[in-house]
Amino acid sequence: MKKPEEILEYLNQKFGEDQLTLERGDIGEPWILVPASMIRDLSKFLRDDSELRFDMLMCLSGLHYLKEEELGVVYHLHSTKLDHYVTLKVRVPVEEPEVPSVESIWKTADWHEREAWDMVGVVFDKHPNLKRILLPDDWIGHPLRKDYVQQEFYQGIPTGE
Amino acid sequence: MGMLDKKYHDSNIIIVGLESALNWARKNSLWYEQFGLACCAIEMMATAASRYDFDRFGIIPRSSPRQADVMIVAGTVTMKMASRIERLYEQMSEPRYVISMGSCSNCGGPYWEHGYHVLKGVDKVIPVDVYVPGCPPRPEALLEGFLKLQEKITGETIIVKKNEADKKPETA
Repeated sequence: MKKPEEILEYLNQKFGEDQLTLERGDIGEPWILVPASMIRDLSKFLRDDSELRFDMLMCLSGLHYLKEEELGVVYHLHSTKLDHYVTLKVRVPVEEPEVPSVESIWKTADWHEREAWDMVGVVFDKHPNLKRILLPDDWIGHPLRKDYVQQEFYQGIPTGE
Repeated sequence: MGMLDKKYHDSNIIIVGLESALNWARKNSLWYEQFGLACCAIEMMATAASRYDFDRFGIIPRSSPRQADVMIVAGTVTMKMASRIERLYEQMSEPRYVISMGSCSNCGGPYWEHGYHVLKGVDKVIPVDVYVPGCPPRPEALLEGFLKLQEKITGETIIVKKNEADKKPETA
């Protein structure tokens, strides 16, 4: 069993000191901020390494940071074998919201990434089937963005009052 | 015929107005379309189950819109579902009735302001005969809705009145 601090130390030995940072909010567990370019390699390592064995992606969520003009993806990982947890975050600019897909590493990510694309518009690179999961295919925009403006009509039906 | 049973043993002829016979038949065999959209459907199922027993009013579920007389819109109508509801309504044969059950299908319910994905009232796509308020309405409320619909059907007429004969027939 490892704590997030110990996991970061272990990862630093493998990936170098200055790539990953541990961040902490006012409450809750700390998270590791990961550059988007290395999320797939890191995920593969987290899953396969004998001291980490994160075999379960509990949740993958999309975020929109309005002020920073960034989109985020949060990965909550759990190891059922070693019973430890870690949270990863990736942040990308709104203009180029491309994050490598981890669908090939955890199958859970398939639908979760589709939801993150549907709701906040994160583009998951190399996802095998990146299309909307909840909203209809011809919907305009990503509704959980903070600056979302609803379309007035959908297929001729008014969406407002 | 319930209360008329065994009162006419010498004859098998009953004389009654065509209109009232039609209306009587229609209002006592309101077959509804069997589908639910959200939590209201749970109450609708409870109304159909043994405790409240829809069947004593001749109200039974049908799995095809072509065999149904009434559509209970039981739950939240999403934008994705709205066009399907419209299609189902068009597939019903006339005379057809719609009961809007619960706040969501009446006006959008809790999604009325920020629900980007919810239709703000099913009456934007199909005509509604009876609105049943509640979130969700209790079975008694839905039954009351059906009684109101029966009242409405009782007042229907097949005769076109003289001053209305020149008007264009109303199409849904």
